[in-house]
Amino acid sequence: MPTTKVYVPRETTAVSVGAHEVALGIERHAQATGESVQIIRNGSWGASWLEPLVEVEVGGTRIAYGNVAPADVPTLFESGFLQGGEHPRRLGPTQGIPYLANQDRWSFLRCGAIDPGSVEDFKDHKGFTGFEKALAEGPEFVLEAVLKSGLRGRGGAAFPTGIKWRTVADAESDQKYITCNADEGDSGTFSDRILMEGDPMSLFEGMAIAGYAVGATKGYIYLRSEYPITYRILLEALDEVRDAGWLGRDIRGSGFDFDIDVHLGAGAYICGEETAMLESLEGKRGMIRYKPPLPAHEGLFGKPTVVNNVVTLASVPDIVNLGGEVYADYGVDQSKGTLAFQLAGNIKRGGLVEKAFGVTLRELIEDWGGGTASGRPVRAVQVGGPLGAYLTADQLDIPMDYEAFTAIGAIVGHGGIVVFDDTVDMAVQARFAMEFCAIESCGKCTPCRIGAVRGVEVIDRIVAGEDRELNLDLLAELCDTMEDASLCAMGGMTPFPVRSAVEHFPEDFGAGAGEERIHE
Amino acid sequence: MSQRQEVAVSTAQNAESLDLSPAMGIVEEMSPVTSGDIIPLLQRIQDAYGYLPPEAVLSVCEETGLPASKVFGVATFYSQFGMEPKGKHTVRCCKGTACHVRGGNRVLDTVEKTLGIRDGETTKDMRFTQETVACLGACALAPVMVMDNTYYGKMTPRRTELLLKEILKEES
Ligand SMILES: Cc1cc2nc3c(=O)[nH]c(=O)nc-3n(C[C@H](O)[C@H](O)[C@H](O)COP(=O)(O)O)c2cc1C
Ligand code: SF4
Ligand code: FES
Repeated sequence: MPTTKVYVPRETTAVSVGAHEVALGIERHAQATGESVQIIRNGSWGASWLEPLVEVEVGGTRIAYGNVAPADVPTLFESGFLQGGEHPRRLGPTQGIPYLANQDRWSFLRCGAIDPGSVEDFKDHKGFTGFEKALAEGPEFVLEAVLKSGLRGRGGAAFPTGIKWRTVADAESDQKYITCNADEGDSGTFSDRILMEGDPMSLFEGMAIAGYAVGATKGYIYLRSEYPITYRILLEALDEVRDAGWLGRDIRGSGFDFDIDVHLGAGAYICGEETAMLESLEGKRGMIRYKPPLPAHEGLFGKPTVVNNVVTLASVPDIVNLGGEVYADYGVDQSKGTLAFQLAGNIKRGGLVEKAFGVTLRELIEDWGGGTASGRPVRAVQVGGPLGAYLTADQLDIPMDYEAFTAIGAIVGHGGIVVFDDTVDMAVQARFAMEFCAIESCGKCTPCRIGAVRGVEVIDRIVAGEDRELNLDLLAELCDTMEDASLCAMGGMTPFPVRSAVEHFPEDFGAGAGEERIHE
Repeated sequence: MSQRQEVAVSTAQNAESLDLSPAMGIVEEMSPVTSGDIIPLLQRIQDAYGYLPPEAVLSVCEETGLPASKVFGVATFYSQFGMEPKGKHTVRCCKGTACHVRGGNRVLDTVEKTLGIRDGETTKDMRFTQETVACLGACALAPVMVMDNTYYGKMTPRRTELLLKEILKEES
């Protein structure tokens, strides 16, 4: 009897809803019935709301079964799911699932498709072709391609990657470093994790290309400690890639050396900020450094260092392979290419959606997300993590575009989208933002360290109705001070969610007090 | 009593009872230990003891020559490190925005009620420690809870209670 390939994700969200148990159930059942299956623990396609999403390969086509519970396994076998049989959980061919079919997959092209631990599978899906081309064409070619692509940092600050790489390439030094920021601390974001769990080798490939382009031989991945599954997958994949000779000394006979170490963070949001991350990599407290010098000039251990986000780096291999222009064909104006948006909060279909810039929040929330999970109207949306502004239901048609968002006092950031329905109390959210800053502040500068604590107190007084007008003025002034005088974006951007909450939702801060509020 | 005195007293009290060999073994394995290794070093010590016993950390400082001020500075900066003994199990509930809107508070309340402890506390019988986290990165299936590195998505108060009671029952 031929062996049937069955894919069951080993990705954190899938595992959190029973993927391990499902995989085990399928294996045992197949043993009992004498059917031959090969279970592949792939990554997630990003349709988290369908997890565990089990796929069976039938005649070269993958047939998906969604939200499979361990208890479904017996009936799946009875329905002949190994031959793609009918079953209430059957969704049809994976490629036909509308949530996935309508995306612009670039960085996440292989996520879900491949076995993250297999170099062979990676290569079958064009893995390492970007690296090979880079080695053949030379560093200058890579730097040009990345610049032409218009790629901007996906970690939040959206700085042009090509310019950053050029700066490091031009720096004179005996040693340079490539560091990958995998701290992913923003609540409501998980694209870095999905990428590392689904296609870790594309990150290694991107880092190796970066190293080759700027003249660095050593790379570090700074991974947050809250990602234990990711950590294991990264280490296993690194071993495979080293064994296959794609990392290490004299890679594929090119004379180029490059290797990667994974460092675990220790639970500090601020270590996502690049200079704090470098301090932490050096074994110190994660305190922000003054800039200048830029990390590109004096970064890790004082050497010229590239700091890039996971998705930024994983976007590079295909930019080199297909050409910067091809990437730049996606997107709008200054926001070229694609972004992996992450839908969470009060939303029916949470997950990852990679789309070209220019897509609107409404399309993402309604067409992909299916609206709120509660079925109630959307009242507020926070984009870009805990330091991102709250948008109103009237702002959903603004295209996803760095500049368009800046114009309305908001950020796109790392692409996290958290949806709230009309039961949300925005004063609670504003307080949460200040409290978060107070807890996570590194403590180096006063506006942030003290300001955030005072901010919580002022909001408490406003909500309690104490000298409301006076305290609102005080809050506005405090926000201005934090924005202007903080050393980094932690204190500098906490005013974004606070101010937007006060401005767009004054009724939650006691305006028109005495009127009945619907959202109690 | 000042905090420093307290540490000193508890250090003296535990000095005889604490087995330092795991910590020394880690130092030996990682040797030569430089200041760049402080975080992985502390992570391994914490893995071995379940927490960072101050006396173990002090001995490691002596052994390696790393300044205690520096090592304790790092240990107190990061929320992952704790100098108090932890329970056999650690329950971590997500307090991030995405979990909050999906009823994360109710899961947290259930943990607190079932175990009778609050954020950062450990049950008297040393079986459970409870912590809150700003985001566990599984936000699409909120609310999320983690028990000893096992993720639970789409958590409900009911499932939380069942899970905790199952562990309590199995182990009693
Ligand atoms: C408080 C704070 C937290 C941050 N957290 C992250 C993070 O978790 N991951 C990340 O890639 N960038 C984060 N950043 C942005 C980094 O400082 C930096 O801009 C980025 O890693 C550079 O890579 P990129 O150009 O590829 O985006 C954070 C910034 C701040 C101010
Ligand atoms: S703004 Fe906050 S986090 Fe940033 S340097 Fe100042 S105290 Fe540290
Ligand atoms: S907000 Fe709870 S897991 Fe991210």
